[in-house]
Amino acid sequence: MSTQFDIFRILSGDESDADFEKKPVIIQGITGSFGSTHTKLMRSYGTNIAAGVTPGKGGSKFEDVPVFNTVEEAVKSSGSVISGIFVPAPFFYKAAKESLDNGIKLIVAIPEHVPIIDSIKVYEYAHKKGARMIGPNTPGVIIPEIMKVGIMPAQPFTKGNTVVFSRSGTLMYEVSFHLSNSGFGQRLGLGIGGDPINGTNLIDSFELIRNRGDVDSVVVVGEIGGDAEEQLADYIIKTNFSKPVVAYIAGRSAPKEKRMGHAGAIVYGNYGSADSKINNYAKADVPVANSPREVPLLLRAKIRK
Amino acid sequence: MRLLEYQGKELFNQFGIETPESVLAESAEDARIGSQKLGFPFVLKSQLTVGGRGKAGAIQKCKDSSELETKFGELLMKEVKGELPRGILLEKMVDIVKEIYLSIFLNRSKRCFSIIASSEGGIDIEQTDNKIIQDISIDGISGELANTIASNLNIPDKSKESFVNLLLNLFRVVVEKEAELAEINPLAIISDDSLLALDAKVIIDDNALFRHEDLQKYLYLSDLEKQAAKNGFSFVELEGDIAIIGNGAGLVMSTLDMVTAANGKAGAFLDFGGRATSETIYEALKVISRLPKIKTILVNLYGGIVRTDLVALGILEAYKNNILTVPVYARISGAQSERAKELLNGSKARLFDTVEEAINALVLKINNNQTK
Repeated sequence: MSTQFDIFRILSGDESDADFEKKPVIIQGITGSFGSTHTKLMRSYGTNIAAGVTPGKGGSKFEDVPVFNTVEEAVKSSGSVISGIFVPAPFFYKAAKESLDNGIKLIVAIPEHVPIIDSIKVYEYAHKKGARMIGPNTPGVIIPEIMKVGIMPAQPFTKGNTVVFSRSGTLMYEVSFHLSNSGFGQRLGLGIGGDPINGTNLIDSFELIRNRGDVDSVVVVGEIGGDAEEQLADYIIKTNFSKPVVAYIAGRSAPKEKRMGHAGAIVYGNYGSADSKINNYAKADVPVANSPREVPLLLRAKIRK
Repeated sequence: MRLLEYQGKELFNQFGIETPESVLAESAEDARIGSQKLGFPFVLKSQLTVGGRGKAGAIQKCKDSSELETKFGELLMKEVKGELPRGILLEKMVDIVKEIYLSIFLNRSKRCFSIIASSEGGIDIEQTDNKIIQDISIDGISGELANTIASNLNIPDKSKESFVNLLLNLFRVVVEKEAELAEINPLAIISDDSLLALDAKVIIDDNALFRHEDLQKYLYLSDLEKQAAKNGFSFVELEGDIAIIGNGAGLVMSTLDMVTAANGKAGAFLDFGGRATSETIYEALKVISRLPKIKTILVNLYGGIVRTDLVALGILEAYKNNILTVPVYARISGAQSERAKELLNGSKARLFDTVEEAINALVLKINNNQTK
């Protein structure tokens, strides 16, 4: 929990900055099929992709973005402190470590299937360096209508004052789509990631927006597995978190001890069950929607209270 | 990947954690030979990945060869929670002086590993308050910490050093083999003061398997799971007759929940990941087609760059090649949905604007069929 880390300042900057809303971002793995597809989409959304890294392809260009062999060169050339990592999971640890060693302060870790021990090591190293990791196995982070670092589609998101935190990619899109349709635009959409270890977990996420005047409500899209929702409910109670919060939980009907698509979506005994999460949310007065479509309805009711 | 008891014990042995003498038997012949090696009496332990073996009667004492005849065959055919054993472990009984619970697990919310230990062995650790939970650094456990835990568990002095070594070795299993859990329940102190792991529950991080060739031999997938894995799909077989296919784990889980809430019975969960193309849907339908129990398919796709017409073409191709014979109810949100509707017109597949409409139509159809 760090209140020092201001994700909005990092991603979009202050109005007085010359590059306000145009902060430079580097992409590690920019020439891979995944990295290149999404570099194009991020640029067309408005993200300032200032440099890319692919070892062995230094000196070339992707579209008109310069490509470097190392993060060191990419950072020197762009002045970026944000890196979107699109390399395959087995190479993630090395890529993340390299970025942290060269001044990156925010890693957006896209790859799925990163080994748990690698995630823990990167998380600990980032902590030591005063940096932050979002993910792994995350769709990324979006400030609607300004910029995104990630793989989320553009059209579900609209500008507004609700924040969406999600353990699932597609459900983040789906829920944001229903929110947008109901007039709840988003100040921020952040994918926690579907893995057991999250560089930025739900409580860290709440700390990011806790004191912001431009955020007036929060939607948390969770799922079975682990105790992130239980811990969050406890946090909401103990810290008197005052903004309206509505939740959704996927996987209520999933069988026990089966991994439901995400590495983190697995129930052992009562640990990680939907019931446990719903019960804890009830204690924190957080309503839980029965379907993505119900989220804006519950949010409206909660705000009226 | 949850290892079977005997596999977990093989790992333990590699790291110097001792276990009772045992033999794995996959046939009555193996069991006869094994019994000669071990000598009666011993315990027969069904090798399953599900818990609660003791309660289910999947662990039996065996005192002589006539008991072996009957009990071995019974156990080998005995399903527990829908699972048949992959062999029976014949294990020597030991003189237990004290039983302990010990595990190292991935503490997700704290983003580290933690030790859980209790001076009551053989219990359900979730059900007891008599336990120590100690977070540990990935860099290692100090001898001092291990000693403190030994003292808190009231380990007799004569066994203390063995306990400290065992705990350090268990930590090595977790870090070097990349386990999410390594549990010994119970850990027995026996009459000669040494320690034996009487059971082993080890869960390996699937995402780390690529760098552990020695563990890949333990991977046990059904043909269907293999086919799904080859395509990069996440697949879980369930008990009902509706297959649910989608792009994204959360979305498919959410769809499963809505189907269940509408009294539909899901028989398969298939997440084909981010890319929704005619090929991925075709391959997904191919996997599902191998489950004869599936009578209906629900497809739910959502994403910015999904080309619904291409997905429709994949579905049509599957019908044409007789991969697919059952009806498909689909919600495919994306570009070209009018064209997709036209394409599917006249086929057994129907496209809906919302997943709720698709589920309502599907459940209505099933109910009508049942009342006919």
